[in-house]
Amino acid sequence: MTAEFWIIQTFNGLSYGALLFLLASGLSLIFGVMRIVNLAHGSYFMLGGYVGLSVVWRTGSFAAAVLVGALAIALIGIAMERLFLRRLSGQVLGQVLMTIGFALIFQDAALLIWGGDPYTIPVPGPLRGVLRAGALSFPTYRAFIVVVAAVVATLLWLALDRTRVGARIRAAVDDAEMAQGVGINVPLLSLAVFALGAFLAAMGGVIGGAFLGVYPGADFEVLPYAFVVVIVGGLGSLPGAMVGSLLVGLLDNFGKALFPELSYFTLFAPMALILALRPTGLFGRA
Amino acid sequence: MLEIADVHTYYGESHVLHGVSLAVGPGEIVTILGRNGMGKTTLIRSVIGFTPARRGTIRFKGEDITRWPPFRAVEHGMGLVPQGRRVFPSLTVRENLEVAARGNGGRWTLAKVHELFPRLQERAGNRANKLSGGEQQMLAIGRALMTNPDLLLMDEPTEGLAPLLVREVGRVIAELKREGLSILLVEQNLPMALKVADRVHVLSRGQIVYSSTPSELSANHEIQSRYLGV
Repeated sequence: MTAEFWIIQTFNGLSYGALLFLLASGLSLIFGVMRIVNLAHGSYFMLGGYVGLSVVWRTGSFAAAVLVGALAIALIGIAMERLFLRRLSGQVLGQVLMTIGFALIFQDAALLIWGGDPYTIPVPGPLRGVLRAGALSFPTYRAFIVVVAAVVATLLWLALDRTRVGARIRAAVDDAEMAQGVGINVPLLSLAVFALGAFLAAMGGVIGGAFLGVYPGADFEVLPYAFVVVIVGGLGSLPGAMVGSLLVGLLDNFGKALFPELSYFTLFAPMALILALRPTGLFGRA
Repeated sequence: MLEIADVHTYYGESHVLHGVSLAVGPGEIVTILGRNGMGKTTLIRSVIGFTPARRGTIRFKGEDITRWPPFRAVEHGMGLVPQGRRVFPSLTVRENLEVAARGNGGRWTLAKVHELFPRLQERAGNRANKLSGGEQQMLAIGRALMTNPDLLLMDEPTEGLAPLLVREVGRVIAELKREGLSILLVEQNLPMALKVADRVHVLSRGQIVYSSTPSELSANHEIQSRYLGV
């Protein structure tokens, strides 16, 4: 094992963690505000990738693919929350069943529309190739993912920590009922958070579609990762989602590189350990 | 101001309020007394809309608010100081006050709340979970005032406080009354309740079993021992 191996694998783990952050930060916020366990969150990732693929086919523009893919899935998220989940407010089991129902419907719909073949979203020209640092070389696109996630994380943090709306969201995460009791329109806030979560997941789906691919089953493949991130980091915590994403990205990457036959073990064993020691996750509150 | 008429409230299948009726007039303090588990907090939860009444009506400033979501009742001028304070623990003291500000140009501003509770200004940057119980109670009251209410619902604001702080809460309630606020107060502390109230109701097993002025109740030892355990 050379130093080069460790540096490259760390970089790969970081970039995968960055992608997971786009997926999991929304899931965490949605759970924090609404206490909804959204099993359709992986579907937003997959659908975002497919919509982005169609946009790239039509327009050839990667930027348009990211934007349209994310917005389209945000609208689906809004419809899902407004027309279905809200009716089951407070009924945890009903909501879980409904979101898994949606996940299955989305899976079949994607198969119907885009077929069963795997695709890859073409990486735009300037992001192809590699960055060189001495004897090391890193794929430019992976560096791009890290930058996007860092920008999104910074914007989310500023919005949550420094704005009035952000303070209202944190108040609702602390105590949603009491947030209504001081006049905060929690149903509207929930809808906005839900849409934002779907937006970010779909954005991750388009961006991830250029290096993981877009294929049937991607939804249920990424979902456990998102949940591990959120559970390890602590439900409803943005710093938790950041640290959790990087941790899971690194664990998964090193697990696959060092002990390929044990890769699930190296991912889920630390999760079990963290949960045993800190049941609310690293940054979670009781 | 507030008219509660024949309200029945349930938690699931459990029938908690059995036809409660009462009214709070403008500038009036009405106190609900009763032992634990008699439905006092449920009554407050029904009025704000946390646990809406299944039957009966709640009218507030001319509107039937029985099934309104809580945030609308607050926008319409109802303030809540809940049981157990329920300040937002991860927000700072200042943020706790600011998230409640409605920006409706009412009397209550951050500066005015700080004037009423100087301690909250000193601790403005601290997280609310670092405050003492008494400070949290001040914050819960200040937060409710930031919504610029016409009617304040206060659920056991002296619960768990030292005698000195109980007197402080009493002083604040008297001052709010002078400002013209209407208050529906749930209280376990009988001397304090009798001191500030215009009228008192005693709640037992989800029904109002006795109503009078404070002085009549303080003379009525039978009611006190039967329903309040004094």
